[in-house]
Amino acid sequence: MKNFGYAINSDRQIDYDSNDHRVARYLAEHEPSFMVCFACGTCSATCSAGLFTDLSLREMIGNIKRGEISKIKSEAEKCMLCGKCQLACPRGVNTRNVILTIQRALVKYNL
Amino acid sequence: MTTKVVAVIGGGAAGLEAAANLAGFGYTVHLIEKEHQPGGHVKEWDRLFPSRRRASEIIGHLGGQLNENVRIHLGKEIINIRRDNGSWRIGLNDESRLDAQAVILATGFDLFEAAKKEEYGYGIYDNVITSADLERMFREKGEIRNHQGMIPQRVGFVHCVGSRDEKVGNLYCSRVCCVTAVKQAIEVCEMIPGCEVFCFYMDLRMFGLDFEALYKEAQEKWGIHFIRGRLSEAFENPDGSVLVKVEDTLAARPLKMKTDLLVLMSGMVPNAGTKRLVEMLGLQTDENRFLLPADRQLRANETGIPGIFVAGTCTSPKSIDETLADARAAAIKVMEYFRE
Repeated sequence: MKNFGYAINSDRQIDYDSNDHRVARYLAEHEPSFMVCFACGTCSATCSAGLFTDLSLREMIGNIKRGEISKIKSEAEKCMLCGKCQLACPRGVNTRNVILTIQRALVKYNL
Repeated sequence: MTTKVVAVIGGGAAGLEAAANLAGFGYTVHLIEKEHQPGGHVKEWDRLFPSRRRASEIIGHLGGQLNENVRIHLGKEIINIRRDNGSWRIGLNDESRLDAQAVILATGFDLFEAAKKEEYGYGIYDNVITSADLERMFREKGEIRNHQGMIPQRVGFVHCVGSRDEKVGNLYCSRVCCVTAVKQAIEVCEMIPGCEVFCFYMDLRMFGLDFEALYKEAQEKWGIHFIRGRLSEAFENPDGSVLVKVEDTLAARPLKMKTDLLVLMSGMVPNAGTKRLVEMLGLQTDENRFLLPADRQLRANETGIPGIFVAGTCTSPKSIDETLADARAAAIKVMEYFRE
């Protein structure tokens, strides 16, 4: 077919009802402290890996809560598990275990 | 010395508390209420934030404080009020007349009419209700059903309806809606196990000492979701459920989801009764139409007119704690006025 140079843009909208909430449910069961995150960004600001990569725990948690999990695997791999974020979190989120639990969920659901 | 007489206009939380304190000082108090029952908005509520005690407990306490010095005039409205030889002469709608040496305006607020935010569909879509409607469901039915009689499995709360919104002429925060949404969200989760609850907010204003703990409980114990973003619009699906559109501003992406019931957190607006009295007395209002006291910090219960005092939400949105403290302060100002 002749290519006229037109394309259809994919929808940027978060379609909550069609999204994959398995990782969120797994986390809610095994590390429920991730629910109390109020997205202040202290974890990301203190993150050593975040200085050199685009790792942001704040963003990851937000995406998981909305069921947007396509990039979670590559994100989680960037974490060095140093635990600075856990020292900094004002809400007491068990951040290291959030990362470990995400990785377990990814294995469990073969994502 | 003859006993001084005070007229308290409005029989809600502020009026009841002011009347009880003035009566305790030994003054004669006329408590004038337009409805046939005292208690104002509080009596329409089931439970109160943050302790979640019954609203009826507060009303019972406030009513119980009134002694024999208080005369309650129910179903009465002010037709005219004028200064006459050091007294205020108040004409009521039953053509009776009261004389008082001081008057406290405790006329309260109205809930914002949610139908004015047409894009949210209140009064158009069956499953869009207000926070007051939900509270009535709690109080009268003890269960939550949507219009189709179903127990909702997903409920959304929309913060700041009629507050912080230039489009409706209300530039202010109504103070109580954020924590009320958190309280009601928890109550929905308690009543409907497994129900998913979402709060759509711009900022969460958890200003009270115990409010933050309630917010954390909502997230931690009940798994309530908080999405930062202000609803742009709601639509009705063919099955009666409500589709909401919002930007998840933390993800910087638009988001849509279906809810079985959408609750609009109506804010506080100045009411018609206050407006009438402001006009009769020639008082000042601010840019949001709330009654303006002589000085919001230093003379918050006084007006420019000697003998006319103000208490409660007629001057600004307030929680019940703040309203009661304001009413006690107004009662003391009346006492000072009489001693001068």
